[in-house]
Amino acid sequence: MHVEDKFTAETWPAAPEKQTLEGKNKFLGFWLFLGGETVLFASLFATYLALKDKVPNAEHALAKDLFELPIVFVATMLLLTSSLTSVYAMYHMKNFNFKKMQLWLGLTVLLGFAFLLLEIYEFNHYVHEYHHTFTSSAFGSAFYTLVGFHGGHVAFGLLWIVTLMVRNAKRGLDLYNAPKFYVASLYWHFIDVVWVFIFTVVYLMGMVG
Amino acid sequence: MSTYAQKKGFGATVWDYLTTVDHKKIAILYLIAGGLFFVLGGLEAMFIRIQLAVPNNDFVSAGLYNEILTMHGTTMIFLAAMPLLFGFMNAIMPLQIGARDVAFPFVNALGFWLFFFGGIFLNLSWFLGGAPDAGWTSYASLSMASEGHGIDFYALGLQISGAGTLMGGINFLVTIINMRAPGMTYMRMPLFTWSTFVASALILFAFPPLTVGLFLLIFDRMFGSNFFDVANGGNTVIWEHLFWIFGHPEVYILVLPAFGIFSEIFATFSRKRLFGYSSMVFATVLIGFLGFMVWAHHMFTTGLGPIANAIFAVATMAIAVPTGIKIFNWLFTMWGGSIKFTTPMLYAVAFIPSFVGGGVTGVMLASAAADYQYHDSYFVVAHFHYVIVGGVVFGLLAATHFYWPKMFGTMLNETLGKITFWLFLIGFHLTFFIQHFLGLMGMPRRIFTFLPNQGLDAGNLISTIGAFFMAIATLILLINIVITSVKNQKVGNDPWEDGRTLEWAIPSPPPFYNFKQLPLVRGLDPLWIEKMEGKKGMTPAEPLGDIHMPNNSFNPFMISLGLFVAAFGALYREDYNWGVLVLIVGMGITLLSMFVRSVKDDHGFHIHKEDLLNDDDKGGKA
Ligand code: HEM
Ligand SMILES: [Cu+2]
Repeated sequence: MHVEDKFTAETWPAAPEKQTLEGKNKFLGFWLFLGGETVLFASLFATYLALKDKVPNAEHALAKDLFELPIVFVATMLLLTSSLTSVYAMYHMKNFNFKKMQLWLGLTVLLGFAFLLLEIYEFNHYVHEYHHTFTSSAFGSAFYTLVGFHGGHVAFGLLWIVTLMVRNAKRGLDLYNAPKFYVASLYWHFIDVVWVFIFTVVYLMGMVG
Repeated sequence: MSTYAQKKGFGATVWDYLTTVDHKKIAILYLIAGGLFFVLGGLEAMFIRIQLAVPNNDFVSAGLYNEILTMHGTTMIFLAAMPLLFGFMNAIMPLQIGARDVAFPFVNALGFWLFFFGGIFLNLSWFLGGAPDAGWTSYASLSMASEGHGIDFYALGLQISGAGTLMGGINFLVTIINMRAPGMTYMRMPLFTWSTFVASALILFAFPPLTVGLFLLIFDRMFGSNFFDVANGGNTVIWEHLFWIFGHPEVYILVLPAFGIFSEIFATFSRKRLFGYSSMVFATVLIGFLGFMVWAHHMFTTGLGPIANAIFAVATMAIAVPTGIKIFNWLFTMWGGSIKFTTPMLYAVAFIPSFVGGGVTGVMLASAAADYQYHDSYFVVAHFHYVIVGGVVFGLLAATHFYWPKMFGTMLNETLGKITFWLFLIGFHLTFFIQHFLGLMGMPRRIFTFLPNQGLDAGNLISTIGAFFMAIATLILLINIVITSVKNQKVGNDPWEDGRTLEWAIPSPPPFYNFKQLPLVRGLDPLWIEKMEGKKGMTPAEPLGDIHMPNNSFNPFMISLGLFVAAFGALYREDYNWGVLVLIVGMGITLLSMFVRSVKDDHGFHIHKEDLLNDDDKGGKA
């Protein structure tokens, strides 16, 4: 099979992301890249745990003073749901249903965007209510770096998915862009998994002390 | 003459290299850039040794000494040794597995340009207010106190070039997993390919901690965070951990490919199959794995406590076992072989005792209690130069001679090569052997001068004389390269006559598509097998057909340039108003180039069967 071939729902192969050598390479290369990203976030988590609640004096807010479950819970739900919608998008991709794939990707983007807005609101809240900033303490630096790196990944993922959607809106699916969609959704899942760890290690463990 | 092989003018050639995605040309770029940085790092080493030749010397000031020392180490590791190895990996590994290119030719070019711009950025510090001066390890307690922008150049420059290295690693991994020729199973891969594979895996998992450490440093120095600011709750030991979690695997990233190169050379010039092939593979993988378990041996005196020290000491010593396996396998490869002492083989033979010397002191340093004596003394300097020069640099010099004909189609002069070898070998041991004793007598590492009559005078002078031997040897190598290129005497497919692996089955230099037809691999040392059966070359595994090739692109250059510009913005953000603007513009260039790459379809092109048939004057038969 070739990248420039035209397909119908009947001729569309079962694993469109791995039909060409380029696709196979992309697939594997991206998994390896995510392996490296895992180590990156592991290093950030380790740094955060080492510096958690390390503040210059007693007036500074600590983790247990800062976090509130409702807002973090909503953020988590938004991101988890967006992972689910991206699964639906890939399901339709595999069935050669381009319209539905775009629709579900659109939903994914909306949910991701809502998550980002919530995060911005949350950071703003800490800064103004608690004077917990990037520069106020080692704790602040570590917190904003870890959570901010994740947020940056979300923002980049949004840009990426939107670019793919717009670029291919008129063209539809082929074996050239199927791996691209697939890999973008892998990335999105990865971001989601990282968030699950942030939710547990930063927020839940932060609230219990 | 085919339509693809046209004579080009100078401008066209430069443009060709700026946009190339061909692994063989990228290899040459790595070799040129890495070679330049090697000469630069070598000059810095000479300045260090001249300053230390006699007591109370004032050739350079204390502050400048710190900068030279830091830049010597940083340049040698990140900008010379690794890129030079990447050059040989790029040139040879795809040929060894019978591939037409690497998995991601575009990313390959991007990796090179990131490294290159990162290296240039780092070195521009010399002209823009002073180089970094906190050692190549840049411990946070020192680097946070360093004034000026030197450390900022270090952090940003390494961040950019490190991103390039990471991409290169992923690229090699995917190439080896997905693009082997028919019949090239994992356990038939040449050892240089195997060591490239393991080194790339190490890069993948070791560079992210460095990335994070550098980010923390950048944030602390340029954006006001407090990771290493103890008064605000920070902790400088975090840097030590992150740096060495990267740093120890890094030494294996350097030395494993050198091991691979020597394995090829031993087998070729003993004209014997590599002894204990599977145990060699096993040992390489095991060293790679253990390499991640030992980083705290650099921190024995940091105060992690006796339990941690004991665990890391034992883990470190364990690495001596697979390394020993390799040493014996090399010796047994030579045993009973009909040995040809070519220049590469001389390096290989000299490598064994030199590297074992470094290994023995390594085990000495691994005993935590004794390390309290050795730590930060010249004993350590002697140790790591024995492994890094006796292992990596010998390997690079051997590879230069060994693979030169394959890469350029000409043979380096053997007589000059042997002169280089002897001068370098003698100079190397003169320089570094005595440093063991200087260290044991109490000479600390990273000092810019010493007092007379403390038993250090003679040793330091000898060490400096040795360094001059190595400098002269390098000069002769450069002369050799010039002479060879001017003479331009072309050689055939298998100029050493004893080639065993696929790269020697195709022309030197190979046509840009490498293999006209992919070869059928029937065992370890595939070309040797065919030779033993009286055949001239490889049997093709496929009929002649169209070949798909990637298009050239200027985009990798632009993406890297954007980051280069952005780094200046980050650096000068607090000094000048335009800093932020430059930062944004630079990031904009990078993101825009990435965007263009992503929306522009790039299907590559096809070389048609008919053109391949006409291409017979260039050989290229599988
Ligand atoms: C071949 C000639 C070389 C000479 C004469 C030389 C000489 C030196 C000297 C005198 C020092 C200073 C030691 C101290 O005061 O602590 C040093 C440090 C160092 N060298 Fe070399 N070197 C050579 C090659 C290399 C190579 C090829 C590498 C790496 C690939 C390398 C890596 C280092 C490192 C990492 C340091 C430590 C820098 C620091 O303390 O921050 N050297 N070298
Ligand atoms: Cu180490």
